[in-house]
Amino acid sequence: MSAVAARLEEVRDPRAIGIVGVGLGILAVWLTLPPLTVRQVAVPALVGAAGIACGALTVSRGRKRLGWGAVVSGAFGIAAALLVTQASVSNLEAVITWSTIFGAMLVYATPLTYAALGGMFSERSGVVNIGLEGMMLMGAFFGAYGADKTGSWVLGIVIGIASGCALGLVHAVFAIHLRADQIVGGTAINFLALGITGYLYNDIYGNNGTPNNLPAIPNVHLGFLSSIPPQGLGNFLENVFGDLNLMIWLSFAVLILSWLLLFRTAIGLRIRSVGEHPRAADTVGISVYGIRYASVVTSGGLAAMGGVFLSIGFVNSFTENMTAGRGFIALAALIFGKWRPFGAFGACLLFGFASALAPQFQNVSSWQQYQVLFQALPYVLTLIAVAGLIGRSIPPAADGKPYVKQ
Amino acid sequence: MTDGGPIPPDIEPGPLPPDAEPVPPEDEEAAPTFAARLAFMQRAGGIAVPIATALLAFAIAGLVVLATGHSPLQTYKAIFDGAGLNWFFPWVHGAARQTAAFNLQETGLLLIPLILTGLAVAFAFRCGLFNIGGQGQYIVGIVTGTQVAVWFQSLPGPVHIFLAVTAATLAGAFWGGIAGFLRAATGAHEVISTIMLNWIAIWVGSYLIGFGGPFQDSSQPGVPVSREIAQNTHLPVFWGSPLLQGLDIGFFVALGMLVVYSVVLRRTTLGFEVRSVGFNPDAARNAGIGVSRNYFLAMAISGAFAGLAGALDILGWQFRLDVTTVQTASQIAFTGIAVALLGRNTAVGTFFSALLFASLINGTSSRNLDPSVFPPELAGNLTRIIQGLVVLFVGADVLVLYIWNIRRKIRRRRAAPPPSTPVLTE
Repeated sequence: MSAVAARLEEVRDPRAIGIVGVGLGILAVWLTLPPLTVRQVAVPALVGAAGIACGALTVSRGRKRLGWGAVVSGAFGIAAALLVTQASVSNLEAVITWSTIFGAMLVYATPLTYAALGGMFSERSGVVNIGLEGMMLMGAFFGAYGADKTGSWVLGIVIGIASGCALGLVHAVFAIHLRADQIVGGTAINFLALGITGYLYNDIYGNNGTPNNLPAIPNVHLGFLSSIPPQGLGNFLENVFGDLNLMIWLSFAVLILSWLLLFRTAIGLRIRSVGEHPRAADTVGISVYGIRYASVVTSGGLAAMGGVFLSIGFVNSFTENMTAGRGFIALAALIFGKWRPFGAFGACLLFGFASALAPQFQNVSSWQQYQVLFQALPYVLTLIAVAGLIGRSIPPAADGKPYVKQ
Repeated sequence: MTDGGPIPPDIEPGPLPPDAEPVPPEDEEAAPTFAARLAFMQRAGGIAVPIATALLAFAIAGLVVLATGHSPLQTYKAIFDGAGLNWFFPWVHGAARQTAAFNLQETGLLLIPLILTGLAVAFAFRCGLFNIGGQGQYIVGIVTGTQVAVWFQSLPGPVHIFLAVTAATLAGAFWGGIAGFLRAATGAHEVISTIMLNWIAIWVGSYLIGFGGPFQDSSQPGVPVSREIAQNTHLPVFWGSPLLQGLDIGFFVALGMLVVYSVVLRRTTLGFEVRSVGFNPDAARNAGIGVSRNYFLAMAISGAFAGLAGALDILGWQFRLDVTTVQTASQIAFTGIAVALLGRNTAVGTFFSALLFASLINGTSSRNLDPSVFPPELAGNLTRIIQGLVVLFVGADVLVLYIWNIRRKIRRRRAAPPPSTPVLTE
């Protein structure tokens, strides 16, 4: 231990030590899970203790938040590892099948990623968008409806996006020109979308539901992945990435494009300046209203893409209120990710991971009840994040404030 | 992070250094607090604007009905009857009157939680906070209330009821208080933290009474419901049959809470402080009012209203809690937002808008709406469209101002002598 501490003493950057500490806490749990399944408590306890030591060191060097984060991570790591070692190996192997979990994680994270990126455009331009949920739902319904009526999933996507943009435009008009309270407006958007999609769904499809032969967005088969050596890695990659939906790959592309647009182009600079200091942006000739309209409409379109993926990419049908709060989760992911594309994506993966892990509990009959409880974990984490314990999340300065032209 | 761009990532919002430039007043104008906006709306519109808003929403929804090939007037009449509001007409007799009474009792049962979740939103609004967490506070209240009413079977009825109601109220206050505390201590926005608290409440509540959960009824392991609450904790029914969901005395509790709400806000120091903070937190701070303390208290009191709603629902007519109630509590709680907004956060307004939405929801339920006039599954969604439109219009104060200006213009024109030649365009 003292040797480790001595080595750590040489590392100058307390931030690096803190991150290592957090990592050690996670490692402590991971060691006890398949495939390693370490059964001795001492091993994860030592690793976790090292994590706590790193945390303490970080705190003493002045980075208190990160340091305490590492201490908590280490302590949680030890506690979770203790819990895991109590379970039998066969139960653990039934629940923890990494390739299944990672594959499902990507599926669950995708609708969140689209909506979170959409929310990012809106909020970076200074318009709070809690109507993401409704915009997603519009995309889900009109994606399915469009695909059904035109017989083409491509047109389904287009129509779905258009419906989301339309709802985004409503939000934009009320938030920007009418200067309505944006949170109230977003709430109204959610009500409206729920009512409109439910009304049209019942009016058009009635009790029969959407037809079974909806044109679906195809999956992308990547058979060559299994030939990547070594065999274990190849099979793992094949299981995770070998048969993903086109929309999932598209979401990766949208993620990178959003980052490029927002942080590497003049348009992105304008969006961010309008969100931070609209008066200054106006003074240098940027159209505050124009940028905000474009951003909110884009936001609706992106959120709708998440909905389209849900209805004709994932479950291949539409049901009333099928987004079931995913828009709100995307909003949480956006905040967790500090209004940055990759941060938000990481948070979406975390939420997707929890959603993917929870059904695995069904594989062990005596653990089924924990499936539901486990779903609450990402929200607890987000609450902790929002409260500022894992580094503070600061919104764009003009987020939620209507701008009056002079 | 490399993608910070030109914006320094670690701006700590806090008191400005003494040499900082004062914030330009036009920025203040651009972003008034919600309570300030509401105060403005109350001055501007009085009672006329919310009524006009509701009528406009109903008219637009009527167009939707018309577009899908039904008669709006007949539909609204059927919803009116389905809500039992025709009971107030003296010419309704016989079996129709009995049905009306039965329907109205159901509307009354729905009115109780809507008033209380409306107050849960309204009280926080008055402090400048948006409590979107009525759902979680309601769930925490209903789970706690149920379990306290299931335990302690030996207690005498009134004591047991008091205990269950108090526990549920405190649980709701605790859940709301978390968001208030986080807002006060760390500046975490209450909208985000209450959304998270909603989901935590849903999943933990579903676990507690779901399959294999600690509060599930062990005598029927295949059904995700709680045990039945003690017989002596059922609230007395004062109108209708206790077996057929008559209206219980929770109704008077809800009415009493309207009075409490009004008195606390208008006649107590706490209410004065809450309103001051809501109107202008900086001015309140300068006047020596503890802003953080009031944020916490306002959220806790809001949560208490929502928690009480949960208790009255379980003790009044549900008697055992099922997972569906926990997972669909969002309808009650989110309608509460519409209730508070339409009711302008006043006690009287909250009562009438709660009555409006309770009638709409009950009148469009599949049990009460005549399916030959309008399909109930469509009508339920019509209710949501109306809710959405109401919230959308109420939130837009500029729209209100616009309507108000038109009204004043018309008035002025009426007051002015009529022009000699009619002016067609201006």
